[in-house]
Amino acid sequence: MDLLELSLGALRSHRLRSALSMVGIAIGIAAVLLLTSIGEGTRRYILTQFTQFGTNILAVNPGKTDTLGIPGVLGGTTHKLTLEDAEAMRRVAGVDKVVAVAMGQARVEAGQRGRSVPLFGVTPEMPEVWKFRVRQGSFLPAGDLRRGAPVTVLGPTLKRELFGSENALGKFVRAAGFRLRVVGVIEPKGQMLGYDIDDCAYVPVATAMRMFNLDELIEIDVLFHHERLADSVARGITRRLTQRHGGREDFTVTTQTAMLETFGNIMDVITLAVGGIAAISLLVGAIGILTLMWIAVGERTGEIGLLRALGASASQVHRLFLAEAAVLAGLGGVVGLVAGLGLAALLRAAVAGLPVYTPLEYVLAALVVSVCTGLLAGVLPARRAARLHPIEALRAE
Amino acid sequence: MIRLEAISRTFVVGTEPVHALRGLSEHVRPGEYVAIMGPSGSGKSTLLHIIGCLDRPTAGVYRLDGETVSELDETALTAIRREKIGFVFQSYHLVGRLDAAGNVELPMVFAGVPRGERRSRAAAALEGVGMAGRTRHRPHQLSGGERQRVAIARATVMRPAILLADEPTGNLDSAAGQQVMAVLRRMNAEGLTLVVVTHDPDVAREAERVVVLKDGRVGRRLTGSELPASGSGK
Ligand SMILES: Nc1ncnc2c1ncn2[C@@H]1O[C@H](COP(=O)(O)OP(=O)(O)OP(=O)(O)O)[C@@H](O)[C@H]1O
Ligand SMILES: [Mg+2]
Repeated sequence: MDLLELSLGALRSHRLRSALSMVGIAIGIAAVLLLTSIGEGTRRYILTQFTQFGTNILAVNPGKTDTLGIPGVLGGTTHKLTLEDAEAMRRVAGVDKVVAVAMGQARVEAGQRGRSVPLFGVTPEMPEVWKFRVRQGSFLPAGDLRRGAPVTVLGPTLKRELFGSENALGKFVRAAGFRLRVVGVIEPKGQMLGYDIDDCAYVPVATAMRMFNLDELIEIDVLFHHERLADSVARGITRRLTQRHGGREDFTVTTQTAMLETFGNIMDVITLAVGGIAAISLLVGAIGILTLMWIAVGERTGEIGLLRALGASASQVHRLFLAEAAVLAGLGGVVGLVAGLGLAALLRAAVAGLPVYTPLEYVLAALVVSVCTGLLAGVLPARRAARLHPIEALRAE
Repeated sequence: MIRLEAISRTFVVGTEPVHALRGLSEHVRPGEYVAIMGPSGSGKSTLLHIIGCLDRPTAGVYRLDGETVSELDETALTAIRREKIGFVFQSYHLVGRLDAAGNVELPMVFAGVPRGERRSRAAAALEGVGMAGRTRHRPHQLSGGERQRVAIARATVMRPAILLADEPTGNLDSAAGQQVMAVLRRMNAEGLTLVVVTHDPDVAREAERVVVLKDGRVGRRLTGSELPASGSGK
C-alpha cells in the first residue's frame, strides 16, 4: 500500500506525461466499451424481438433446409403443408396449441379508404401462441377450421388508417373480392425488425386460402407446455409429419431455442470481432505506457540505486514500477469508462432507436482489463528497473 | 565488527580489467570512527560499497558481525543494507519530489514500518540533525548542508549499526561541513560505527583512525592527530 503511494507520487511529478499516456488507454477502453455496448445492445434488441413470441414455440415450414435458411429451395418434390397436418400436430404429446398460417397480400378497403396490407390466415388460437392481445371485440371465432367465416380482425395501424377513431366493430371491409365483417381489433405490438406488424389483417385460415386460392400453409406454429419440451416435441412432430408425408422429411422444424442459439452465436462472433478491433487501440495505449515506463526507468536510474542502498529489495523496486504502470492504466481505464459510457448515452440520445446497452460486467471487465494492460505493459520496464545493479544505478547520477 | 580479508574488486571495461581493489585487508571495531583517504581512483568508494553490501568483492572474504557476507545472496544483502547500514553520499541523493520527511520515511517504507510510526520516527530523526522546522521542505528548498543533514537523518532512521559516508562534506563550504560533521560526531559518540571517505584532512583529523588507500590497497594507517595540519580542505 505504501509502495503504491510512492508510485502515485512519481506519476504526480510528471502530470502531463502521465496524463498523455493515460489518454491512450482511455481511448482504447472507451472504444472497446462503446463498440461492445452497441454489439450487446443489438443482440438484446433482436432477442427481445424474437422472444416476444415466447420460447416454448416452434415453427414448421415446408421444404427441408437448415436453420435460418430459405425453406423450399433444396427440396425436390415436396408435400404441401396442409390444415390436416396442423390438425395432426395437435395430437403430438406435449403440444398445447397450434396455429396454421396462410398468407396473401391484398388491398383492404372500407368506404373511400383502402390500403394494401398483408392478410394472415390463422387459426383462432393465434393470440395465445403469438402473444397478441385483443383490444376491441374478440378474435376469430372458434369452430370448424375448414368453414372459413367471412370475418376479420384488424391490426391497429390498419384500423386507424381505415376507420380513424371511429368504432370499427361490426363494420364491413372488402378485400380480394370478399366482404369481411370486422369482429375485433388487436393491441399494438409495434415494430419487428423495422417492420410494422400492426399494419395487417387477420382472417380465418380457410378464408385466406379461398381468397388467395391457396392449397397450402406457409407455416404451422406450435406452442408446447414448457420450454424444456422443445426437443421432444420437435421429434414428435417430425415423426408424425414424416409419417403423413409418406416417409419423407420434406419440411423444417425450427425451435425458438435453436434459432436463438444460432443467432446468439452469430452475434457473439460479431461482438468479438468488433471488440477485437477496438482492442487494437487498447494495445496502442499499452505500448504508450510501456514506452513511458521504459523512459522513466532510464531517467530514474539514480533514484533506483538510492532505493536499493536504502534497503529496497529488487522485488520491491519491481513492484514499484509495476504499480506505477497499473495505476496509470487503471486511471486511464476509469477515464475511458466515463468517456465510453458518456458517448454511449450520447449515441442513445442522438440516434433514436440505436440499441446501445452496457452490462455492468462490461464496466467491471473494462477496469480489470485496463489494470491488467498496465501490469503487462509494466512488466518489461519493471524488470529492467529491478535488474539494475545498485552501484551502476547510483553511478548514473 | 567489519572484517575485510584480502578483498579484491575488478571491473571489466570492454575487455580491459580495472583493478579497483587489490587484496585489501582491514578491520573496523563497533563504535569506531574511521576516515578513509587517498587519491582519486584509489578505490575508496568501491571499498565503501563493498562494506555497505551494495557491491561484492571479486575475491576475498568479508565478514560482518561474524557472518560471511561475501557468500550471501542478494536477498540477504538487501536485508543487511536495510537493517545494519546507512549510506550518505556526496551528492545527497534526495528524492526531489518528496519533502524532507518523505525522504526520511523512505527506508522505513521498504522495511514495512507502519505509517504512524514512520511519521514520528522521521520527525525525531530530523530533529536529531537540527532540521525539525524543515520537515515539509522539498530538497530544492534546502541548502546543501541542510540537504546533507536530511540525508543523514534518512541514513540513520532505521537505527543502523554502521554509517558509511562517501565525501559527505565534499559539496559543502566549511561552515556547513562542520555542522554536518558535528552531527556525525555526536552519532558516533552515541555508539554508531562511522566510516567516512574524505579528501579533507580537517574532517579526517576528527577520526580515531585514518586509512590511506593507494592503488586499491592500504597505503598507510594513521591516527587522526598524525595528519599534517592544513588550511581549509575542499
Ligand atoms: N563500475 C565501474 N566500472 C569500471 N570501473 C570502475 C567502476 N567503478 C569504479 N571503477 C574504477 O575503479 C577505480 C576506483 O574507483 P573508485 O570510485 O573506488 O575511486 P575513488 O577512490 O572513490 O575515487 P574518487 O576520490 O575520485 O571518488 C577507478 O579507477 C574507477 O575508474
Ligand atoms: Mg569516490
